[in-house]
Amino acid sequence: MPEYLPPALILLTGALLIGILRGHMRTAVVLLSPLLTLWAVWQVPDGVVATMPFLDYVIEPVEGSPLRRLFATIFAGMVFAGGLYAYRLARWYELAAAYAYAAGAIGVCFAGDLITMFLYWELMALFSTIVVWCGNTQGARAAGIRYAVMHLLGGIILKVGIEGVVVHTGSIDLQPMQVTNFDTWMILIGILINAAAPPVSAWLADAYPESSPTGSVFLSAFTTKTAVLALIMLFPGESILIWIGLFMVMYGIIYALLENDARRILAYSIVNQVGFMVCAVGIGTEMALNGAAAHAFAHIIYKALLFMSAGVVIYRTGKHKCTELGGLFRTMPLTAFCGIIGALAISGVPLTSGFTTKTMISQAAANQELVAVYLLLGAASAGVFLHAGIKFPWFVFYQRDSGLRPKDAPWNMGAAMLILVVFCIGIGVFPGLFYQFLPYPVDYEPYTAGKVLFYLQLLLFSGLAFFLLLPLMRRTETISLDTDWIWRVLIFRILQKLGLASTAVGRAISQFVRRTLNNLLAKAGHHLSTEAPDTEEEPGMLARSRPIGRTALWIAVLLTGYVLAYYF
Amino acid sequence: MSKSNSDDHWLVRPKTIRLLWQIFAGILALTVLAQFVIKIKGYVGVDGWFGFGALFGFAACVAMVLFAKLLGVFLKRGENYYDEEEDNA
Repeated sequence: MPEYLPPALILLTGALLIGILRGHMRTAVVLLSPLLTLWAVWQVPDGVVATMPFLDYVIEPVEGSPLRRLFATIFAGMVFAGGLYAYRLARWYELAAAYAYAAGAIGVCFAGDLITMFLYWELMALFSTIVVWCGNTQGARAAGIRYAVMHLLGGIILKVGIEGVVVHTGSIDLQPMQVTNFDTWMILIGILINAAAPPVSAWLADAYPESSPTGSVFLSAFTTKTAVLALIMLFPGESILIWIGLFMVMYGIIYALLENDARRILAYSIVNQVGFMVCAVGIGTEMALNGAAAHAFAHIIYKALLFMSAGVVIYRTGKHKCTELGGLFRTMPLTAFCGIIGALAISGVPLTSGFTTKTMISQAAANQELVAVYLLLGAASAGVFLHAGIKFPWFVFYQRDSGLRPKDAPWNMGAAMLILVVFCIGIGVFPGLFYQFLPYPVDYEPYTAGKVLFYLQLLLFSGLAFFLLLPLMRRTETISLDTDWIWRVLIFRILQKLGLASTAVGRAISQFVRRTLNNLLAKAGHHLSTEAPDTEEEPGMLARSRPIGRTALWIAVLLTGYVLAYYF
Repeated sequence: MSKSNSDDHWLVRPKTIRLLWQIFAGILALTVLAQFVIKIKGYVGVDGWFGFGALFGFAACVAMVLFAKLLGVFLKRGENYYDEEEDNA
């Protein structure tokens, strides 16, 4: 028995207590259990702290390192801010699910081996699905099922990879690996599914915006960033990640530009931001990995802040489309202010957290002389300002006057947002304080006059482009097709066609069976009228003995057929 | 952008908006002109050129907006697209 509690278990206990307790006691658990978890996170020393036997293996449920503590810190902090934001509005089961989900994320942070990582990974998949379902609409239920299928599939792929690695190397250690064989590819793909990498990025923008205003705050924080952490720990310097990351960056921008739903804009920009991190992991130098970790930390804060401000708007107005919103700054100054700070931070405007973390990734690309990557990241930074930095606050809080005059945020939601505002600015103004917590020693100065000027030019002229191109960006009441079209429409169309074909085939088969039966009956009649057949002959079809393997096979075929028939 | 309305918020009055544009244009000019005084260190060559950040940011955004617009022609569907597909299925 370890002499202290694993941080994930504290939060998991908190989730359980939220379900059991009522009233002020529950509120106390909601607010105190994340803080207790945060304290426990900082009690974990470096190295493997606890081991225990599991099946034939010795697993390491808790292993500390600066990188792991950094991610666990922001996860625990985020649970506190999210809890404060949500506790008066969210139903108890949404809170409990969100806390268990976060416990899974913190568990992954400290997982010393692949088995522990996988168990917590599935805990996340399970409870995040419940958080999506808590959106409590028809759309949320359907999206939750698609979300669950995607993550269970990702989990299976990850598990196949882990099994392969364990069988072939005999080691369950969580350590950097090369993507050279089937096993490691499976692990990489399993993790990338959670990171919302192509071609399945669509799950994120499909599910998150369907959750409740409070649920999306939690959802935005954990799954993708846990995947980034796993990539840093398992695949640092895997060059394919550079291009996957760049694709995600551009994908996020383009789809966010096309989008009308306020929260879906933010969801696409998660993919965009995680793309920066994935790209950094692909670059793989110490500065790049520092950048990935730092950017994940900063991103969780400003993205939650953005989702919080969007959540307040949805809670107060019941509307979530840009075409229905606008002009809300009049009566929601606090929410607008917080949303704008989040938008500036995600854009990486100097003096915000995004600037001190994202430029580190660009610098790492420049240092490795990856010219194309450096320039594409620069273009992407401009694009972030375009789609999230201006588009989101502009269409929600300014634009035209929608006539809506909602009240501003309730005090607890406002307080949660202001806490995050302080961190967005704090990390931007005092980067040195933050850099000391990064996994590697930091040799990087974000605030040189030249760099600040370069990014000011880049961003301000993006702003100019936005306002000049406004007529081209008029919002339409549309959605944009994504790869999820394949599994939401195409597969069903094919199955429909197959179904039609199978009815034709079925008719032919039944005719054949009927004819054969008639023949058999005729023959049987003929035989019965004569003497019994020779016993030396092979026994009848039903009297023959068959090997059990073949029987099992046929039962499997029958069951599959039954399941298919039942499903359609 | 916003409809002119005499009793509307000061921030959306045409006069304010004109002023904001003027201030914005001034700041834009300033960030480029500042390059005469502050040297931008080019890491890959071109990024140190005069006004590169401004031009690059602007051009990148125009390109992205146009590309999105083009994709939108093929990808945009009505909001109830998936519901209708389900009903057809």
